[in-house]
Amino acid sequence: MKFYDALGLEPKLALDSDDLKKRFYDRSRQWHPDRFSRGSAEDKQRSEEMTSMLNDAFRSLRDPVSRAEYFLEESGLELPKDAPPELLEEIFELNMALEELRGGDESARSQLVSAQERFTGMLGEADLSLAALFERYDHKPDRAVLDQIRAVLNRRKYVSNLVRDVEKELNVHSAN
Amino acid sequence: MSTLQIDFGHAEPRIVGIDLGTTNSLVAVMDLTGPRILSGIVPSVVSVNESGEVIAGSEARDMLITHPERTVYSVKRLMGRGFADVQDELKLFPFRLAAGGESVLKLQLGEKIMTPPEISAHILRKLKEDAEEVLGATVTQAVITVPAYFNDAQRQATKDAGRIAGLDVLRLVNEPTAAALAYGLDKRKEGVVAVYDLGGGTFDISILRLHDGIFEVLATNGDTHLGGDDIDNLLLNIALEDIQSEWGEDVSGKPDLVQLLRRAVIQAKEALSFAPSASMELEYGDRKYARLLDVELFNRLIEPIVNRTLGPCRDCIKDAGVNVEEIKEVVMVGGSTRIPLVRSAMEKLFRKRPHVELNPDEVVALGAAVQAGILGGEVEDKLLLDVTPLSLGIETMGGLVSKLIHRNSTIPASATELFTTAVDGQTNVLIHVLQGERELVKDNRSLARFDLKEIEPMIAGMARVQVRFLIDANGILNVTAKDLRSGKEQSMDVKPSYGLTDDQVEAMILESYDKAEEDFKERQVREARVEADAIIGATEKAKEDDAYAALPEGERAAIDRSINELRLAYHSDDHLLIRDQIEKLNQATMALAEAIMNEAVGKALKGTSIDA
Repeated sequence: MKFYDALGLEPKLALDSDDLKKRFYDRSRQWHPDRFSRGSAEDKQRSEEMTSMLNDAFRSLRDPVSRAEYFLEESGLELPKDAPPELLEEIFELNMALEELRGGDESARSQLVSAQERFTGMLGEADLSLAALFERYDHKPDRAVLDQIRAVLNRRKYVSNLVRDVEKELNVHSAN
Repeated sequence: MSTLQIDFGHAEPRIVGIDLGTTNSLVAVMDLTGPRILSGIVPSVVSVNESGEVIAGSEARDMLITHPERTVYSVKRLMGRGFADVQDELKLFPFRLAAGGESVLKLQLGEKIMTPPEISAHILRKLKEDAEEVLGATVTQAVITVPAYFNDAQRQATKDAGRIAGLDVLRLVNEPTAAALAYGLDKRKEGVVAVYDLGGGTFDISILRLHDGIFEVLATNGDTHLGGDDIDNLLLNIALEDIQSEWGEDVSGKPDLVQLLRRAVIQAKEALSFAPSASMELEYGDRKYARLLDVELFNRLIEPIVNRTLGPCRDCIKDAGVNVEEIKEVVMVGGSTRIPLVRSAMEKLFRKRPHVELNPDEVVALGAAVQAGILGGEVEDKLLLDVTPLSLGIETMGGLVSKLIHRNSTIPASATELFTTAVDGQTNVLIHVLQGERELVKDNRSLARFDLKEIEPMIAGMARVQVRFLIDANGILNVTAKDLRSGKEQSMDVKPSYGLTDDQVEAMILESYDKAEEDFKERQVREARVEADAIIGATEKAKEDDAYAALPEGERAAIDRSINELRLAYHSDDHLLIRDQIEKLNQATMALAEAIMNEAVGKALKGTSIDA
């Protein structure tokens, strides 16, 4: 996987963030275009290619969620696009409450605030279970674990979108 | 005559760092001891005098009053902008647009018509000359700073200005990042730092992580049309209204009066940073205007402007992924951060007292010099990792934008996309590249249209053209395309939405560059002659001394020969030849100088003993 190669890493799901940062800084020092401003056109182009790849790699790998997405993609697994079925009912209720608040019904506010808390909690849970699954897969690569990761990622994405929407709506209406 | 000379020989040509500001500009260079400002502040004002000569700097600033219709200031506001963009500016600034400026604005200055990059080039050339004067060598390479929030067209326009001025622009550096470089020269500095840069015309906020000499920008935000100019215009309008009601006359059409009033307004604004009240005063012919402004009223007036900086600051903190508590220090840059209300607003937002120790007018130029040192290889322990301020995308079906590179991505950053044809036999594919955060094409900034051409005719969907978008370390977009079927480079036409084409820039360089070279050569010859005059004069005087008569015949003849040779060289146009002969005369008079010195010391010692 080229992003791992760019940072000189074995393709693992669990990464130490300090080590990752150090690798990124060390390689930047070596390859950045600033180091080749008086070099040949070839050197300059190579430096640009290396650093843009390095920057992409660091950006993708430093965040566990985007790292897992990259890992799945490279492993030939597509990310699902459907809403996670176990959340359907809650999403429906939440959207109703959002509509009510937009329509000026302040009684929906408390419901949204508590939903926001609950969903933020879910995000934390998702992150924890991702970390555990990363360890498990790195220890013993198994397709079934990747599928589980895929499900958690999907759920996390939905929840994080919901949190964002609710936050936005609560802010807009408290500002008015 | 011989004198002791210290020569700091530099094998490589020096790279200078330039802060090309809205109001003022500065040039600096990296020395062994650190960055150093090379000459005084150059006002970013350009004027065309009655004989058609272009003048930049403080002389031009004076012409704002005497020849306002031939003079332009704050031209940075127009860099990389189109006609539709500047309609609001035109109400506030006395820019005189000339006809025919569709994708690049053209300004009328007296009889001359110039684009904003050409006008900026005159400011850059003035800085270049000042630097050459101090360094005693030609300057051809520079690092120029730009607001972090400048888009691609504004950056390209700045680079073009450098080229027109005869400068190879090795790097564009973001102003707040440059300030951080100057501020964080101490390598032990670690942690998260915010740089708040409120200048004459632009506002930037950047948040960086400093670690072991690496300056990593985490996020940046800003407004390229917000700054001290806005405060000036606000006060100016108040004064103009006052005058209208007092004098019963609308004077806004008198450019010289408006400029005098603008100067008065700026003086009052600056005084209010230190005094509880200040007066805006104007004398025009036999009429007078004065209005006292106290800090309270001033603060109330400018509060909305200061508040406009708060939103970008909050967004930037969020994008950087840090808490306010994690930000260890806040650095203030730009003249407008002298305003106490600005400082207190930042103290409230960041919950810590901002740093104001560094001169906010100089810190950006100093940082540019540090970056010049990094590029020149003199500074090895520091590295700047900057980001692109705006997302880059392409137009897709239905007028939507598909983002390829997200804002706050570390640069250089790249993305590749595969394009194909939609119709059988199609030979062209048009790619519309945009910059901005919005979803609809019309809400973003159009950068350019790339026309992939001469695609081999084939069945729809068969063509495979891979296009690579690269935002380089200057924050400027580079596009290359490859035909994957043939493996050959795909030919394409580029039509920038705003800005000069390469050919236009080339023409402008030709027009100005030869002349600039000539000017420099002339100045060097002139300077060499001044030195020759001085040494010939000193030697002639020394020949009257007893010490000369005491010299051996051969040495006296050598001195005379050297004087004659220098006199011959004097009238050539070759400054190197003149300098050679000066050096020879120096050598020839070495013994004489020593004898006279000994004599003088002897006399002085004698004098001491008598007095004692």
